[in-house]
Amino acid sequence: MKKLVWIPAALAAALLTADAQQGPVLTGEVSKPAQLPVIAVPDLNGGGAAQGYMKAFNQTLWDDLAGSGVLKVAPKTLYPQGIPQQPSDFRQPAQAPVAPRSRHGEMVAAPNGGGYWMSDWSNPPASANYLAFGYAAEQNGVLMLFGNLFDLSRDTPANAQMIGKRYLASTDDEKGARQMAHQFAADIIEMFGGKSLVGTHIYYVHQAAFGAPKEIWVIDPDGQNQHYITRFNSISIEPSVAPDGSKIAFTSYSKGSPAIFVFSVDPVRDLRFYNQVASMNGQPSFTPDGKQIVYSSSAGRCCRIFIAGLDGRGFRSISSGGSLDAEPKVNPKTGATIVFSSGRSGPEQIYMMNMDGADLERLTDGTGEASNPSWHPSGQMIAYAWTRGYAQGNFNVFTMDVASRQYVQLTHDQGRNENPSWAPDGAHLAFMSNRTGRPQVWRMLADGTAQQQLTRDGLNYSPAWGM
Amino acid sequence: MFSKRQITLISLAFALAIFAGGCKKKAPAPPPPPPPKVEVPPPPPPPAPAVTQFGADPSSIERGQSSVLNWTVSGNVTSVSIDQGIGTVNNSGNRRVSPDNSTTYTLTATGPGGSSTASATVSVSAPPPPPPPPPPAAPAKTLTDWVAELQDAYFDYDKSEIRADAQTALTQDAATLKTIVADFADATLTIEGHCDERGSAEYNQLLGDKRATAAKEFLVQLGVPADKLKTISYGKEKPQCTEQNESCWQKNRRAHFSAGQ
Repeated sequence: MKKLVWIPAALAAALLTADAQQGPVLTGEVSKPAQLPVIAVPDLNGGGAAQGYMKAFNQTLWDDLAGSGVLKVAPKTLYPQGIPQQPSDFRQPAQAPVAPRSRHGEMVAAPNGGGYWMSDWSNPPASANYLAFGYAAEQNGVLMLFGNLFDLSRDTPANAQMIGKRYLASTDDEKGARQMAHQFAADIIEMFGGKSLVGTHIYYVHQAAFGAPKEIWVIDPDGQNQHYITRFNSISIEPSVAPDGSKIAFTSYSKGSPAIFVFSVDPVRDLRFYNQVASMNGQPSFTPDGKQIVYSSSAGRCCRIFIAGLDGRGFRSISSGGSLDAEPKVNPKTGATIVFSSGRSGPEQIYMMNMDGADLERLTDGTGEASNPSWHPSGQMIAYAWTRGYAQGNFNVFTMDVASRQYVQLTHDQGRNENPSWAPDGAHLAFMSNRTGRPQVWRMLADGTAQQQLTRDGLNYSPAWGM
Repeated sequence: MFSKRQITLISLAFALAIFAGGCKKKAPAPPPPPPPKVEVPPPPPPPAPAVTQFGADPSSIERGQSSVLNWTVSGNVTSVSIDQGIGTVNNSGNRRVSPDNSTTYTLTATGPGGSSTASATVSVSAPPPPPPPPPPAAPAKTLTDWVAELQDAYFDYDKSEIRADAQTALTQDAATLKTIVADFADATLTIEGHCDERGSAEYNQLLGDKRATAAKEFLVQLGVPADKLKTISYGKEKPQCTEQNESCWQKNRRAHFSAGQ
């Protein structure tokens, strides 16, 4: 797996720390997009060789900012005609523009700078608080971006500049332009307390057509760079990512019975997980230290939660048999509790227990069927799929604050929505939806907004978002 | 051949004869014939040999069988032979023959008094056509044939209990399975657990395992050897029906048999 070197590992750590301090964002309240600062993001122009890449650049920048969860992007149709390309393009109005009235009392257009006054962007209709602008060019075979961020509430352009930075990338192909856009967007998002998703990966199950083999694939969070990890030509499902992103675990029927595999991802290599004798070992996930695997096994009597080393050795059961205990996920913050789904009291519900199996409690209220729990990086909230309020099989994505049991429904009336997986930034979720008629991988913000389809070819299931 | 004098005499004799004929009356009396030369009368010729007996026994055979020619020749015999490639034989005897087709044998006995012949015919008939080959034995049932006879056991939604109709099916399956186990010593059968599409894929993976295990335990109670039955769950990965209605879902909630694994 290609890791972008400029994403420091410390970023992830800082992110998790920040989450812990902030606490979960959602406890039944959904932050409204209207309350977010508004940013105007006019298309940047490119000169020379940069010209051909600007469509990809502008789309990437727009998507990253619009999907960041920390900013609202003002629609382009509301922008003035003139687009500044560098800070020196701005002019100061002779005096502060005041909307005058004609003698007949009708509104007339306020005097404006055609886009070159900051007030052109902060006044209606754009009504932006911030403006991202700049331009790209090619110099000596290097793609160059001059990116600026202005705080439009300031009095002068000199005081308004929050970012004025040069970004470099390869001119070989579109990837360089996308990478530059991700970097510029990450810098902007960071100004508003958000974290970039660049460098994170979404693993998922890809199937070329109904009935075809299922393989583990990976895709960037912007829907780019999708490619295969496995080529077992079998049924390979249920991917999960190690906390540091270096490994994945999944279930495959490639050797007959469903069994667990642990792979490194860069390079892709089978790390040889030893499966205990059972008709089924599956649904693996990593402990927060990345040194153990929890999974479900039919060994003894179907089906119990087990824990084992990364090589499968030293396995021991955590829950008692006969109760269909599935999908164990260890709290990423404390490492002390496990959420899982189980049919132990009838229809499938979400449960939580200690690492030794004690202090079992049901988190969902027993209505409908609940499955696919996924921990928020803070360890205080889960996302999961629930049929509550809908017919059997009609799952929607919910989040729940584990302490208070308050839950929020994120998807509504749009087919089946399952397998939510938190992004490392704790602000985004990947999930599977069949709303287009076929199961596909989608992403959205933690409040259910900015839903965006990531996969389009074939059928795609069970995303797992990791570093 | 004749001497010159003889020719002259003969010619003279002719001339005289013609002359005498032409003028008979005038001919003088011929001289008396010379007296016959007295000779010893030859002995009477000996009788030809007699074929006392010549026959074939049996006179009718099927192709491939044999017959015996036997014969007796009496009298003054110098040689006895039989044609058809047999050749010279003794005055009496027998010979086994296996002609391919009906054949008449001629025996010739030769002696100073002449030859005698006799014949004997051996009639050869074609053998009857062979009986038709026995009807091919019904081909033995293959393992696949047997497995195809095993009935699925169906389940209620989100359940792994063996329903009454599943008990009936599995009870019949148990008898079939015992036959299979007896006839195919190496065979192992796999019970596949399947689910309908409604629950989560992960939960159904477990539920399918539980269904397969429940079916196996029922069969083992009926005497099917446990070590011949494996279980595997396909959850909802391999539906045999993809419509979204109860009749289709019911078809997918099943324990199904397959050979091997």
